[in-house]
Amino acid sequence: MDLVKFVEDQAVVRNEIPSFKSGDTVAVHYKIREGNKERVQLYQGVVIQRNGVGANETFTVRKMSNGVGVERIFPINSPNIEKVEVVNFGKVRRAKLFYLRELTGKAARIKSKRV
Amino acid sequence: MSGIIGKKVGMTSIFDAEGKNIPCTVIEAGPCVVTQLRTVERDGYTAIQLAFDEKKEKNTTAALKGHFAKAKTTPMRKLVEFKTFEDEKNLGDTVTVDIFAEGDFVDVVGTSKGKGFQGVVKRHGFSGVGGQTHGQHNRMRAPGSLGASSWPSKVFKGMRMAGRTGGDRVKVQNLQVLKVYPEQNLLVISGSVPGAKGSYVIVDK
Repeated sequence: MDLVKFVEDQAVVRNEIPSFKSGDTVAVHYKIREGNKERVQLYQGVVIQRNGVGANETFTVRKMSNGVGVERIFPINSPNIEKVEVVNFGKVRRAKLFYLRELTGKAARIKSKRV
Repeated sequence: MSGIIGKKVGMTSIFDAEGKNIPCTVIEAGPCVVTQLRTVERDGYTAIQLAFDEKKEKNTTAALKGHFAKAKTTPMRKLVEFKTFEDEKNLGDTVTVDIFAEGDFVDVVGTSKGKGFQGVVKRHGFSGVGGQTHGQHNRMRAPGSLGASSWPSKVFKGMRMAGRTGGDRVKVQNLQVLKVYPEQNLLVISGSVPGAKGSYVIVDK
């Protein structure tokens, strides 16, 4: 496995992003290429899981868009991520917040941590 | 055409220039030693034999010890003949991953993972017989009919049935070389490669 790790260290450029956990609200600035033009899209929501380790780690962000739940998975080291901002630190009791999928409206709120 | 013998290390994923996440396989390939040259005069065909992966002298038979001594090299585990090779090679020459460049397309040969005795659904991609409901049972993974009746009154040879699956020689064509690390003897190839981790693979250009 050391050689796989060597390739990951060499070939994957690590992004510098702030530390966040599931339950936190983040805003992801994601680069989108349309033809030759490049623009930055903002995607804000609750982190419901962080998955994997090392170079291949991903995180899932869930938000409600026009009443429909949308989940998007970002690789943490994706070159298309320009910036990740932590908007709010949430107070949750588990690492994977899949229970949020069954909840809507007031029930889907997450208490924020006092910082 | 030229090639190299390697060992599958494992899989990971890296990002390409567009930011796409590409699954890839890491192969530890070479350095291989030329241990024999096949010639038309003596063997009726031309080929070169490469050896890879050192082993201990005490685990080598006397016959093989002599074979490796001719090439002035230490005993190796894996010997493979390559029919066509771009460069002229002499006995004792080494072949390294330098023959590959980023962006090359290669074919990879390996031995697929053994699956044991499997039914026709897994082995041949049959879809089973009948449905799940309306009282049907035990037909879901069945092969169905093996053929007609009074003619031919036999089951044709080669009829696809259940049996030992996997463990075959499999070649995957047109895989792209994403990275080459000559110091570590590593090749990073896009996509998956047949075989388990640690199994031998042949990478052909």
